[in-house]
Amino acid sequence: MRAKNKWSNIYLVLVFAVLYAPIFYLMFYSFNSGGSMRHFESFTLDYYKEVFADTRLLIIVLNTFVIALLSAAISTILGVMGAIAIHHVRSNRPKQTLLTLNNVLIVSPDVIIGASFLILFTLIGIKLGFVSVLLSHIAFSVPIVVIMVLPKLQEMSTTLIDAARDLGASSWQVLARVVLPFIKPGIFAGFFMALTYSLDDFAVTFFVTGNGFSTLSVEIYSRARQGVSLSINALSTLIFLFTIILVVGYYFINQRNAKPAEKEGRG
Amino acid sequence: MSNKSRSFYLVPYMAWIVLFVVAPILLVAYYSLFDVEGNFTFSNYAKFFTPVYMRMTLSSFWYAFLITAFSLLVAYPAAYLLTRTKHKQLWLLLIILPSWINLLLKAYAFIGLFGTYGLTNSLLEAIGIGKQQILFTDFSFVFVSVYIFIPFMILPIFNALEEMNPTLVYAARDLGASAWTTFKRVILPLTISGVKSGCMAVFIPALSLFMITRLIAGNRVITLGTAIEQHFLVTQDWGMGATIAVFLILAMAAMMLLMGNRKRGVAHARKK
Amino acid sequence: MKQLVRMFAVVLAVSLGLIYLTAYLNKSAGYSGDNTLTIYNWGDYVDPELLDRFEEETGIKVIYQTFDSNEAMMTKIEQGGTTFDVSIPSEYAISKMKEDGLLLELDHDKLPNLKYIDPSFMNLSFDPQNAYSIPYFWGTVGIVYNPELVGNLTFKSWDELWDKQLLNQILLLDGAREVMGMGLNSLHYSLNDKDEAHLQEAKAKLKLLTPNVKAIVGDEIKMLLANEEAAVGLVWSGDASEIMGENEKLDYIVPEEGSNLWFDNMVIPKTARNIEGAHQFINFMLDPEVAAQNTEYVGYSTPNEAALALLPEDISGDERFYPSEELTSRLEVYDNLGKKMLAHYNELFLEFKMHKK
Repeated sequence: MRAKNKWSNIYLVLVFAVLYAPIFYLMFYSFNSGGSMRHFESFTLDYYKEVFADTRLLIIVLNTFVIALLSAAISTILGVMGAIAIHHVRSNRPKQTLLTLNNVLIVSPDVIIGASFLILFTLIGIKLGFVSVLLSHIAFSVPIVVIMVLPKLQEMSTTLIDAARDLGASSWQVLARVVLPFIKPGIFAGFFMALTYSLDDFAVTFFVTGNGFSTLSVEIYSRARQGVSLSINALSTLIFLFTIILVVGYYFINQRNAKPAEKEGRG
Repeated sequence: MSNKSRSFYLVPYMAWIVLFVVAPILLVAYYSLFDVEGNFTFSNYAKFFTPVYMRMTLSSFWYAFLITAFSLLVAYPAAYLLTRTKHKQLWLLLIILPSWINLLLKAYAFIGLFGTYGLTNSLLEAIGIGKQQILFTDFSFVFVSVYIFIPFMILPIFNALEEMNPTLVYAARDLGASAWTTFKRVILPLTISGVKSGCMAVFIPALSLFMITRLIAGNRVITLGTAIEQHFLVTQDWGMGATIAVFLILAMAAMMLLMGNRKRGVAHARKK
Repeated sequence: MKQLVRMFAVVLAVSLGLIYLTAYLNKSAGYSGDNTLTIYNWGDYVDPELLDRFEEETGIKVIYQTFDSNEAMMTKIEQGGTTFDVSIPSEYAISKMKEDGLLLELDHDKLPNLKYIDPSFMNLSFDPQNAYSIPYFWGTVGIVYNPELVGNLTFKSWDELWDKQLLNQILLLDGAREVMGMGLNSLHYSLNDKDEAHLQEAKAKLKLLTPNVKAIVGDEIKMLLANEEAAVGLVWSGDASEIMGENEKLDYIVPEEGSNLWFDNMVIPKTARNIEGAHQFINFMLDPEVAAQNTEYVGYSTPNEAALALLPEDISGDERFYPSEELTSRLEVYDNLGKKMLAHYNELFLEFKMHKK
């Protein structure tokens, strides 16, 4: 049993090593005075100073986070509603149609989504900027939330809901007390995937942004022609460390708070 | 559930579908009917069935299949082992975290790692294998694509495994089932829904990968996504780009139908 | 359930906090005022110090927005919905934008510094009389190579790229005009050739190059060549000077059969609001001292005669980036081929890319 444990640990360590290798590579070179991602010359913090001196870049970073958080939260709510709606559809054909429509945005390349959203927004007359970017990030994050939540709903046995109803629970109570707690892991997964989509997106944002509003990936891509400077590496390092601290911190705080509550719930 | 609450869920979602899915589809379908000079034509569709685009379609599907298969192969054991760790939710978050760093930067890092004078080649040299060309090969393309998609595969599988009642596994083992039989007969069927949504979240976007095809595969791999990208941004032949997109959407719909049918089959079998 | 509610509450609170912070930063940086000028340019394609100086001198606040390809930029300007006062497209994009009515005519009376531009860069085919655009930077397309790795090859002729010793050693730019142009030039045809037989001949010749091609890449070509990932690369001169700045072993040459001459010009798109400020900005960038400083920062070739005189000899005297008239006479600017021909060039290039070894 112990030998087995060892192997499984090695496997996990390997997976994590590969996942983090390119990130550590970026972080390592952010301290390179040589100015490029080859031949480490000597240690410097110049690029970090550059980041903090660049107000425009900082504004862009904040914009990026606001968009990511808000779009992830709203698309999670929409996506959960969508998943419940799809789940309620009993007959097979409409259900498949809904699911297919749901997945269109996942299969469509970003450029097409971006270009058609741009045409859409100018047709409706939405001013390009914060609102248009937020709307499109919500739009392309909804399907992934549905995909993450739906399997959970399908696992949930209907007897559970029937039992709750028999005990006199209202629709709202059924949702809040039975359904949502059951599909919670799916909701979290959806939220984090939506966050990932939003932070990663370049093409869609590029098309629908305007009037001085910009996000980090648009900025990074457009710097490619001139060569991405190491201050972007420094910035990514800061963001990465910040999110790691945030995630780990949130996790432990949450765990401490959740423990007594969980016991209560189970008892 | 009452009709009222049903429409409560359905209305916002349907609004989203109409605005951001149906409207763009109509737009794309409309654009696919015009050539570069803005004349109404079906020639784009005829062009799609020429050998150049057919070969591209085949290779896109082949690579998407490879990427999905390898992602699953790596992700399933990883997800399984993750469920056994202490603080599993935290480890899961740490799996997702790397995907929050900009893709272009990570691709540059991979170019550095896989390059002729990169870390990987130094390692290969040190252990006596010698320098290999890694960058701009099928291997590096599939590797980096799997790297990008792995969280999307691990997450749903992890959730499915979490949901599974461990006593079932103990019961199977107590009844004398081997580890493999337990996996095949108990664990896999119970987690198949997670595997399915994982595969969907990987295969579909893998069909339309671009960027990576240029950065990591040096345009040795040309997928439908690359072609669309080119038509929209370089040739400005939106018609042809839209036509390929129409076929991508159709292919996805066909796949969904196939999967939907099979699922019914499984449910049926289980009832027996 | 509690956990869910708590998470959403935290997300909402954090977002509101961040929005407030952004608004504060925007205000303190002065971006919320009316007197602003939005510049739509390639990322990092102007010395930021000069933007600060422009702000100080004029009191106009500059908003710098970026794009990553001419085509994407054109789509944005065509659709409108947002303000861009000045943009810097390449020459083929300018002739297309002119055709589509996306540009505003310039008022030369407001651009007194125009006199500093070398007359040979004025009044070119893509914009007669410079009615719509003013040169910003220019350059050529040529070959960057590592003399240590290519034996006796010197690349005086494009044909040397087909040499057998370069097996798997060439990186190409991912551009249909550039690669097809190389094929056409190597056959002594014009890179604006529209003759189908010539084009097919060029494609057939390019296919023979496939074994030597290691990869067809974008902007990352600079990093790859500087890292000696390949011995030879087809690049724009601007990129070449940057690559050579990072790796001194490398050299740059424009083969004698001829090649492309490109321009990035400043224009005022139809989305402009602050037209007065846009003219002020263009004029500011034409100032010899400003242009010289910008040239040193960006590293491309400047069309500004007076600025060139201010630059140190090792920049202004470099024949590779400021070629002699004799070579310049053999360079061609890309014509606007028309949408159909351009699409055909791209089809041929796609077939070349799909050709397996």
